[in-house]
Amino acid sequence: MSSKAIFTVNEHGYYGNFGGSYIPEMLYPNVEELREKYLQILNSAEFQKDYNHLLRDYVGRPTPLYLANRLSEQLGANIYLKREDLCHTGAHKVNNTVGQILMAKALGKKKIIAETGAGQHGVATATVCALMGLECIVYMGEIDTQRQRPNVERMKLLGAEVRPALSGSRTLKDATNEAMRHWINNPADTHYIIGSVVGPHPYPDMVARLQAVISKEIREQLKEKTGNELPDYVVACVGGGSNAAGAFYHYLDEPSVKLVAVEAAGKGVHSGESAATTALGKPGILHGSKTILMQTEDGQVTEPYSISAGLDYPGIGPFHAHLFDSKRADFLAVTDEDAMQAGVNLSKTEGIIPAIESAHALSALQQMKFKSDDVVVVNLSGRGDKDLETYIKWGGY
Amino acid sequence: MNRIDQLFQQRTEPVLNIYFTAGFPKLDDTRTILKSLQDSGADLIEIGIPYSDPVADGPTIQESNTVALKNGMTLKVLMNQLKGMRDEINVPVVLMGYLNPIVQYGIERFCKDCQEVGVDGLILPDLPMYEYQTSYKQLFEQHGLNNIFLISPQTSEARIREVDANSKGFIYMVSSASITGAKKGISEEQIGYFERVQNMQLKTPRLIGFGISDRESFLQASRYAQGAIIGSAFINLLKGADKPEQDIKDFISSIKRPAAASAAVK
Repeated sequence: MSSKAIFTVNEHGYYGNFGGSYIPEMLYPNVEELREKYLQILNSAEFQKDYNHLLRDYVGRPTPLYLANRLSEQLGANIYLKREDLCHTGAHKVNNTVGQILMAKALGKKKIIAETGAGQHGVATATVCALMGLECIVYMGEIDTQRQRPNVERMKLLGAEVRPALSGSRTLKDATNEAMRHWINNPADTHYIIGSVVGPHPYPDMVARLQAVISKEIREQLKEKTGNELPDYVVACVGGGSNAAGAFYHYLDEPSVKLVAVEAAGKGVHSGESAATTALGKPGILHGSKTILMQTEDGQVTEPYSISAGLDYPGIGPFHAHLFDSKRADFLAVTDEDAMQAGVNLSKTEGIIPAIESAHALSALQQMKFKSDDVVVVNLSGRGDKDLETYIKWGGY
Repeated sequence: MNRIDQLFQQRTEPVLNIYFTAGFPKLDDTRTILKSLQDSGADLIEIGIPYSDPVADGPTIQESNTVALKNGMTLKVLMNQLKGMRDEINVPVVLMGYLNPIVQYGIERFCKDCQEVGVDGLILPDLPMYEYQTSYKQLFEQHGLNNIFLISPQTSEARIREVDANSKGFIYMVSSASITGAKKGISEEQIGYFERVQNMQLKTPRLIGFGISDRESFLQASRYAQGAIIGSAFINLLKGADKPEQDIKDFISSIKRPAAASAAVK
């Protein structure tokens, strides 16, 4: 058996012990329709033609793989940045929404719903809905709508309706609950564009496949630059885990490539204000899949914390739960403080202001030991424009 | 014999199933509500295990979940409250809940405790058929627990047949494409769906839930099934209840007593 077979999803939607499709019966017909058709649609010549065309001419792919010279000097290794921050809308999220909007059209759906935390996935969804002329409703935790005002306005400008999620803790997990409830209430004409590798099967696999373009390009670009398509390390931050899934995807069955997933430790892993799921969580079920989950002893889902709204999720995708469980990937945790410093450092050494999510991945490099000829790819998943307010408040630059 | 199966075998009048959330409005209300419901004439009682993320439920039941959790309700507390309930409660009792708290409690321990306190069935909306068959069915059956599946207007005929074949106790017919408490009353379209399922001649009895709130909707739904389920409307009643026991009695009477009388006239 090839090692790849171990890491891809099985016919019941499982990655090892994680995944599945734990949904109310009311959602079954929708999810089942998607499960039956998604591979056929993804692999069709028509989809591939439209998807590749949009990725090139609309998103701006391939994104550069940039050898960060001054950062490399600092860290004593060859650090390459995969510049997902240069994608249209400012982050990798749009790779997925471009794919899913084509999926929705192929399924004959007329309306789109999405959940969003920081608003990046909401913006990426509103963007493709504007592009395709489809109605768009984005659920966002009420607290997040206050924290991320510019993204709320961006979505509105793009023609989307933003509905604040007022239930529970009024953040990302509750926005996801509200989107699921909306889908239950409107099953026939609506497609739900989930923004990460979470949710019931086939979402984690579908989103991973749509983000896999990241590692496909890394392989080609690295080969061109170094003659070897295999780096020593691929490093990416993990909230739900879509950018990491995309950056790891084509390296899963290359055991020489070490995969490093970086979680948000907030004010410290054990401070009580953290989003380091693998360090603090245990197996559980949320939003349609069995995964690793931050929860109380009684199985109530707990509220995570990170300075980065994009990493502020109490679970991780089942894809990553399996990478953790099987030790295929190493999981590191980075505090708010260290991430902010890494963000400032990249700004000053390379002239690139990273999203605070991506700054977690950059900071993890400080925890790792490299040989001088090591090739390290960091997925720079998003740009820091949206985080300017947070950088200003934090100061220290 | 399982009390649910017994109920449906013996009953000719419509079955009234009432849902309430354990730990709402107060932590220690469970037994009082159970007793009042039974004494007032509820035929079947569904106790909700509160959860932080109840995706199939609307605002009313969500809110009751949040309050119950704040009050300190856990599965451990609930099982303790239910200990000895069979000394005074004869009607079938079903637990409704989402999977995660149950998995954390431990599935085997949960089933064992359910059997010990006298629970007759389970409604677990996020337990899919595949998982049920591969990992849960045997355990539930060993402990005399009927697993109750949901169907909705979107459920295909083939799927309904599959649910029927795997169901014990009753099938929970979700009346419309909705979460709990979302819609009131019954439309033409819903009646079409009720008739379609009625004509399938399923082996398992059916109860209709979601959108049933009063005598009129209860009787209307009961024309197409063996009875109906009231949840959100009952939670709303508890929320504002000054004298819960009397209010529960009045509420159940308003739905049932005239129905029993008219059945007797027939």
